[in-house]
Amino acid sequence: MSQSTKNRAHLGANAARYAALIVGAAVMMTPFLYMLSTSFKAQQYVLTTPPQFIPNPVTASNYSAAWQYNHFGRYFANSILVAVVSTALSLAISSMMAYGFARFRFAGRELMFRILLLGLMIPAMMLVVPQFVLAKYLGLLDSYGGLIVFYVGSSLALNTFLLRGFFESIPTELEQAMEVDGARAFTRYWRLILPLSKPALATATIFTFLAAWDEYVWALTIINSPEKRTLPLAIQLFHGENQTLWGLVFAASAIAVVPVLVVFLVFQRYFVQGLTAGALKG
Amino acid sequence: MPMTTTVVRARDARGRRVGVGPAPHAGPTRARRRTLTPYLFIGPGFALFLLLIAYPMARAFQMSFYDWAIVKGAASKFTGVDNYVKAYDDPIFWRALVNSGVYMAFTVPAQVVLGLGVAMLLKAKAPGRALFRVLFYLPVVTSWVVVSLLFQYLFADSGLVNYGLHNVLHIASHDTSWLSSRWTALIAIGALGTWKGIGWSMMIFLAALQAVPRELEESAAMDGANAWRRFRAVTLPAIWPAMIFVTVMLVIGGFNVFISVLLMTNGGPADQTQVLLTYMYQQAFKYLDFGYGSAIAIVLTVLVFVLSAAQMRIMRRSNDDGALS
Repeated sequence: MSQSTKNRAHLGANAARYAALIVGAAVMMTPFLYMLSTSFKAQQYVLTTPPQFIPNPVTASNYSAAWQYNHFGRYFANSILVAVVSTALSLAISSMMAYGFARFRFAGRELMFRILLLGLMIPAMMLVVPQFVLAKYLGLLDSYGGLIVFYVGSSLALNTFLLRGFFESIPTELEQAMEVDGARAFTRYWRLILPLSKPALATATIFTFLAAWDEYVWALTIINSPEKRTLPLAIQLFHGENQTLWGLVFAASAIAVVPVLVVFLVFQRYFVQGLTAGALKG
Repeated sequence: MPMTTTVVRARDARGRRVGVGPAPHAGPTRARRRTLTPYLFIGPGFALFLLLIAYPMARAFQMSFYDWAIVKGAASKFTGVDNYVKAYDDPIFWRALVNSGVYMAFTVPAQVVLGLGVAMLLKAKAPGRALFRVLFYLPVVTSWVVVSLLFQYLFADSGLVNYGLHNVLHIASHDTSWLSSRWTALIAIGALGTWKGIGWSMMIFLAALQAVPRELEESAAMDGANAWRRFRAVTLPAIWPAMIFVTVMLVIGGFNVFISVLLMTNGGPADQTQVLLTYMYQQAFKYLDFGYGSAIAIVLTVLVFVLSAAQMRIMRRSNDDGALS
């Protein structure tokens, strides 16, 4: 094979690869783009044949309507409160556990670790019924506390695993030096390990926040009072009332994505590092 | 979800590692404090985990043997395996089981094949790679509530899917009422599951593909092996552990399908599209039969455990038997 035919074959393969990728990405993105488009349509245009890909006329009324409708701002604030508090608590508690597992050897270590592992394998849905009974017993039904406590609980195992793996990759020499200088365990954890672990902490933050922000089933199960609803419940209710106002539903969904984007943008620098660090170890 | 991988696999690869051992200079006081310190770090979190996750696990098992009374003060009655017998005699339970299985059988191969395909396309460093990775991954991080409503809209009677199949491609002669009968509804729900999951398996496969030794691929190419042979002989064996992991996780995920069904059909019409978890949820929180709901949850958990174990055995063996040959 001559050099030029080889190059041409290479170019051809590359072109085919990009063509396949572009078609695939287009298929993946169409639902999102169409959803965004619908959020700018008036109700009479949401289900026309042929469908409108570019809204005509364009209207932002769904966004203002969604925001004013039925205490949407309140639900938004509820979701922020629950997600932020859950994430902060979960990160604090699980980073301490991770440090304990990463740096100490003690009786029961293996057993405790196995029990945590079990928590990763059990499907969350299996626990809904007994958790409901427990929440009722603890007086946590229909409260923000009930949401936060169980969101923290269900994120502990995963975050502990993630952080422990990262902590172990930090050389022990630094800590031993601090130890010689008389630093206690908590100081080493707080002053050395946490600052060095920003990528892993950012990754855990993103996923914990995302999980709490999007959580639907538990909120559906324990929240009764309308004023305590979180966003996923509110969005689902927009949909549930007699005739579906699709523009409104998707405008509300688009608003709900904004905090997620903010969290991603703030933490993404570390996040990508954290993901690749984790991936390379496997 | 995606983090499960990296974490679990990182641990497997690294094995058990112990950090700072007792320093040689440590005196008796320090040693005693050291034995207490780890419990102070782990204690609060572990206690919370036991209360909120481990205890409910045991409780679910227990509840499945009772006719559970939700009212305060009322005594629950121990009924042995009655709840399980009830499931065995319940045609809707079996239909839900079959539907969960069908969903799994539809979405797992689709996600594995498409996820691996995209990962192969994105394996080499090339312009735009990061962008494509984000685009394919976006559905993974989007809320189940939003995408379930979105797909309900796309599969509506005069929605985008019918428009495409009927008016553009002319494959269908009329609009299909997707969500109002069993199998078409499962197709719509399965399409959602596949679309949402491709990015996840793609990410795992991408990480695994980085570890395939390039020299092996190159020498196979020199020997004149075509792309498919190279894939079968070199790439596939090298990423086989990731393949096992992905399929096991997807099978578990497939049987745990819930929110999409709950929001798109709510198990209807007439329980035709019930899956195990929607049926469980309905029994528990609509009919307040906590015992029966727990029994269904236990059946699901056991089923998933057995399937995962069997799958890991079979897939490990098939690799030893010579995917390399």
